Amino acid sequence: MGHLDDFRAETRAWLEENCPESMRTPFSNDGDACWGGRNWTFASDDQKIWLERCVAKGYTAPTWDEKYGGAGLDRAQERILRQEMKRINARLPLSSFGIWMLGPALLKFGSEEQKLKYLPPITRGEIRWCQGYSEPAAGSDLASLATKAEDKGDHFLVNGQKVWTSYADKADWIFCLVRTDNSGTKHQGISFVLFDMESEGVEARPIKLISGRSPFCETFFENVKVPKENLVGELGQGWTIAKYLLTHEREMIGEMEAPRPLSEVAAQTMGLVDGKLPDSLLRGKIAEAEIDDWAFKMTMGRLLSEAKAGMSLGAKSSMLKYYGTELNKRRLELMMDAAGQDGLEWESDRSNDGQLARSWLRTKGNSIEGGTSEVQLNIISKHILQLPGA
Amino acid sequence: MGLVLNEDEVMLRESAEGFFADKAPVTELRKLRDGNDETGFSRELWKEMADMGFAGILVPEEHGGVDMGYMAAGLVAEQMGRNLTASPFLSTAILAATALRNSGTPEQQAAWLPKIAAGDVIMALALDEGGKHNPRGTTVTAKPSGNGFKISGHKAMVVDGHVADALIVAARTSGEPGDADGISLFIVDPKSKGVDVERTIMVDSRNAARVDFDEVEVAGDALLGSLDEGMDALGTVLNAGRAAVAAELLGTSDQAFQITVDYLKERKQFGKIIGEFQALQHRASHLYSEMELCRSAVLAALTAMDANDKNTSLYCAMAKAKLGSVAKLAGVEGVQMHGGVGMTDEYDIGLYLKRIRVAQELFGDAHYHMDQIASAMNY
Ligand SMILES: Cc1cc2nc3c(=O)[nH]c(=O)nc-3n(C[C@H](O)[C@H](O)[C@H](O)COP(=O)(O)OP(=O)(O)OC[C@H]3O[C@@H](n4cnc5c(N)ncnc54)[C@H](O)[C@@H]3O)c2cc1C
Repeated sequence: MGHLDDFRAETRAWLEENCPESMRTPFSNDGDACWGGRNWTFASDDQKIWLERCVAKGYTAPTWDEKYGGAGLDRAQERILRQEMKRINARLPLSSFGIWMLGPALLKFGSEEQKLKYLPPITRGEIRWCQGYSEPAAGSDLASLATKAEDKGDHFLVNGQKVWTSYADKADWIFCLVRTDNSGTKHQGISFVLFDMESEGVEARPIKLISGRSPFCETFFENVKVPKENLVGELGQGWTIAKYLLTHEREMIGEMEAPRPLSEVAAQTMGLVDGKLPDSLLRGKIAEAEIDDWAFKMTMGRLLSEAKAGMSLGAKSSMLKYYGTELNKRRLELMMDAAGQDGLEWESDRSNDGQLARSWLRTKGNSIEGGTSEVQLNIISKHILQLPGA
Repeated sequence: MGLVLNEDEVMLRESAEGFFADKAPVTELRKLRDGNDETGFSRELWKEMADMGFAGILVPEEHGGVDMGYMAAGLVAEQMGRNLTASPFLSTAILAATALRNSGTPEQQAAWLPKIAAGDVIMALALDEGGKHNPRGTTVTAKPSGNGFKISGHKAMVVDGHVADALIVAARTSGEPGDADGISLFIVDPKSKGVDVERTIMVDSRNAARVDFDEVEVAGDALLGSLDEGMDALGTVLNAGRAAVAAELLGTSDQAFQITVDYLKERKQFGKIIGEFQALQHRASHLYSEMELCRSAVLAALTAMDANDKNTSLYCAMAKAKLGSVAKLAGVEGVQMHGGVGMTDEYDIGLYLKRIRVAQELFGDAHYHMDQIASAMNY
């Protein structure tokens, strides 16, 4: 354990030295995250400095190899880094679909050329990616997707429509599932391609959500030319890659951590009477959610320690995704309960423009994005419980 | 916390797994119940458990135990839970051993710990008095009398109290019911004058006792731990009890879940295996997820016990609360998914439901702990 203790000490010292003061508070709203990309404007100098310092250390993608822009940490070291960041409330330097989703898929299925081309700019926050999976008629039944890619010799010609493409209007590149063959079963004939969102024929139209915000889009492709070398893995191997990527996406969604304990937020909003929340039934539900939150965190830690370094959790990631997102929905429902009428304000400085209400609405998507809760339960039934017909 | 078992722990779990499946499966509980066994558990089995080192699992080596710690004790409890094994493991090897090793005088330790490890005595904790767990509510009194004390009052749900060779009694030596201070622990011989023990056979076919104390005289050296500060000693005993019962419940509810999943793969209706119905698949998968959280909660509590972590009380309470609620769900869903046969005595699932009902109540149910946790966390 000696080298881990050393690593912890070094990391702690490095963070002390390098994390700017203003980057040591939890995100107060979605606007606080740094997503990078060609058109990114930093919210503050500190945000920029913090990103640059982490990039230099390889800390935006700590487990990736150094030649791809990472820090080459193993899982144990990565955990320590996370714990140390959490200890001082250090913000994530870079939020990135490239790091969370595309990266792991490229590391496993990409060619060496592709890894060297795409991964370093991701870790530096230079290229922002979006995920082109869902289509109007292919949601939970993702494999029925119809966006077509025709072989035109040196390139594919892509035509079709994606939907719910998060940040498609802000992203530089897209990783996209396309149909390259219609002759087999629906799972065959899907391929995984990468292309620039500035390519001719790409259009992203924002969709307004119940939270009043527009983080995702309908995305249209009309005769988009995609060079052949942008195919990841083999032709027709897209479903395998897509599923692998989804297990990472699910782990990531499931692992989202609440910035502050629910009970603390509730105590602040409701006040205490004789040291207790004034609504005893709500107090009980909050305690129950806090217990689940603790047990869930313990479970995440346990499963990650059990999984061999670098291995994905497989179907267990569905359990984390299912439980973590349902718990997060419960948490925000309880926060709204605690806030009562004050939590209902939508447009005021007092409410930070309805921050709580908007966050509450946002969590409803947690159990839909990345595969719905029902789909996760289907996966558990089939792959873990091995129930017939699942 | 990594919460991953090391090699020794895996070996212990495997040997406990084999031992209880072989020596004390559910059919043994049925035999004890149907034969109206007057002890309610097999003394022979208890002796064998002592030979395996289980009775002395928390007893220091100088007193003849194997001193393997709470994680080890929890792994054994889990296997007993899985098999619904009746034994005085909880009352004697966990609660009494913890109380004595932490709070006993050298004389008390020398008198009792070797016998516990050898499986030669059964000791029971007489704490609760009414329907609900409420240590601070202790009303039984111990009044100074000569060089000793006179104990009066009534205890209930004294697990294994019907056959105990000695009782560890929580009694009020000062203060009022509701006060944490003013409680003291005493080691009392149930054959003393004024002790009346009534065996209570519980819904799970296991045994406890109601015990009346009518001016029972005990000597001064019967005091276990400090006068008036019994809550300190009890705190550790209850942490141990909660962690161990949570571990037992993990085994019980996980087995109930396994039995149910097996049944889902076997029973046919509408020309299909019922496990094909999504309504059942999703409920089973939800339960699976909850069981994963339960396992982590139990391992975290046991790890904290062994490490003397500053969060031990909190973790034990949270584990007991979590297991209490999820085990009930496992029992209830188990019976429902079995349909009519789930209501029959012939199928084991009902036995699991009943044991879960008892174990979730011991040392505080989920509601009790949620309340305590909220108070401890200042909300
Ligand atoms: C906030 C957010 C961000 C997103 N970001 C992206 C993105 O960046 N890129 C992208 O490609 N997609 C994205 N999505 C899309 C997301 O993956 C889909 O919405 C999701 O897979 C569900 O598909 P659907 O919306 O078509 O719902 P449907 O599949 O139509 O589902 C409707 C309901 O039917 C249930 N259902 C469907 N099939 C079954 C079944 N077999 N058994 C039981 N119940 C079933 C579902 O659980 C759901 O409750 C995002 C979605 C959200 C909400």
